[in-house]
Amino acid sequence: MEQHTAYSDVHHAEVHGGGTKEIIKVTIILSVLTVIELALGLMMFKLKMPDGSLEKDFTKGVIVILMMAKAFYIVGYFMHLKHEVRNLILTVAVPMGLFIWFIIAFLYDGNSFKNLKNEYNPAYKERTTTQKALPVKEEKQEEKKKGVTD
Amino acid sequence: MATTTAMATAAPKYWSGGKSPYNVEYGKLMMWLFLMSDAFTFGALLIAYGTTRFSANGWPNPNEVFNKYPGGANAPLVFVSIMTFILIISSVTMVLAVQAGQQMNRKKVAFNLVLTILGGVAFLSCQAWEWTTLKLNEHAWWGHNPFLNSNGTVGHQDFTNFFFTITGFHGFHVFSGVIINIVMLIMTLTGFFDRRGHYLMIEKAGLYWHFVDLVWVFVFTCFYLI
Repeated sequence: MEQHTAYSDVHHAEVHGGGTKEIIKVTIILSVLTVIELALGLMMFKLKMPDGSLEKDFTKGVIVILMMAKAFYIVGYFMHLKHEVRNLILTVAVPMGLFIWFIIAFLYDGNSFKNLKNEYNPAYKERTTTQKALPVKEEKQEEKKKGVTD
Repeated sequence: MATTTAMATAAPKYWSGGKSPYNVEYGKLMMWLFLMSDAFTFGALLIAYGTTRFSANGWPNPNEVFNKYPGGANAPLVFVSIMTFILIISSVTMVLAVQAGQQMNRKKVAFNLVLTILGGVAFLSCQAWEWTTLKLNEHAWWGHNPFLNSNGTVGHQDFTNFFFTITGFHGFHVFSGVIINIVMLIMTLTGFFDRRGHYLMIEKAGLYWHFVDLVWVFVFTCFYLI
């Protein structure tokens, strides 16, 4: 019985905020952001932007920002976090800050590994940058051989 | 003793006892904490993928790899955008189900849950088709990457490993979400929540389902777009 009263306290506080209008608005925002993302992805492909070029990296950065915006709308409105009390918002959001370190540290590490390999293993660098792959059928056989020796 | 009382009155009202500092029901708080841990699992997988990509000189171009749709090819991003919209729409119907639950409207909850389940099944079917095509037509699978890097060199071996592991793990989450939603639908139709007096269970299932949608936003961007 006591649990029941405790629940109804909670429930009344939760209901306000939201509403169908907000759901429609967020749906439209999410759809538009997705369409923009797709257009940018397609643009990178159609314009044949070379890997590592400034315009490609810039477009990728824009896509990542749009992705974060989508995540914000899903968590904030669909998952209702924006209408919860501050304590809950902070409990969920603050640990996510670990990702800032996580992403920077590991991507930096990957990049450093690439530079080291390229510097100290010229054969690897040639194999992965300039040496074109053999036509499909021969390539398969070679891969099998390589699999044995590796 | 006097200091504790002083501190209690100075502290925000949520922490002075007698009510939940989070103002949500226990199960919902636990669902949030579970989703946080799950976010780190997915985050770890995606960051491992990112680290590998940053350490590689070449990587296959997703627009060339994922350019098939049932009955054709050479349409980059078309099929995966359909999958993305299916998941967004099923997320919207789930919000509507949660909202109907707050209004204690059993019929509306059931209707929106059915739509959500259909969306989930449609997404899983799309993924099954995609995996089947990759495996049977391209012979792409764990441990075998037939796709060349975008610079024309032999394809990076971890491309398919990461693709199948991460989309597979996400697909498994969608699958569990569909099962959870089917259980919710049965409980709704048998009037379980009406007898209990609230539809909070739907809200927890909804949180999980939105999380699945959220993860797809990241997986979709990381694998198909950039």
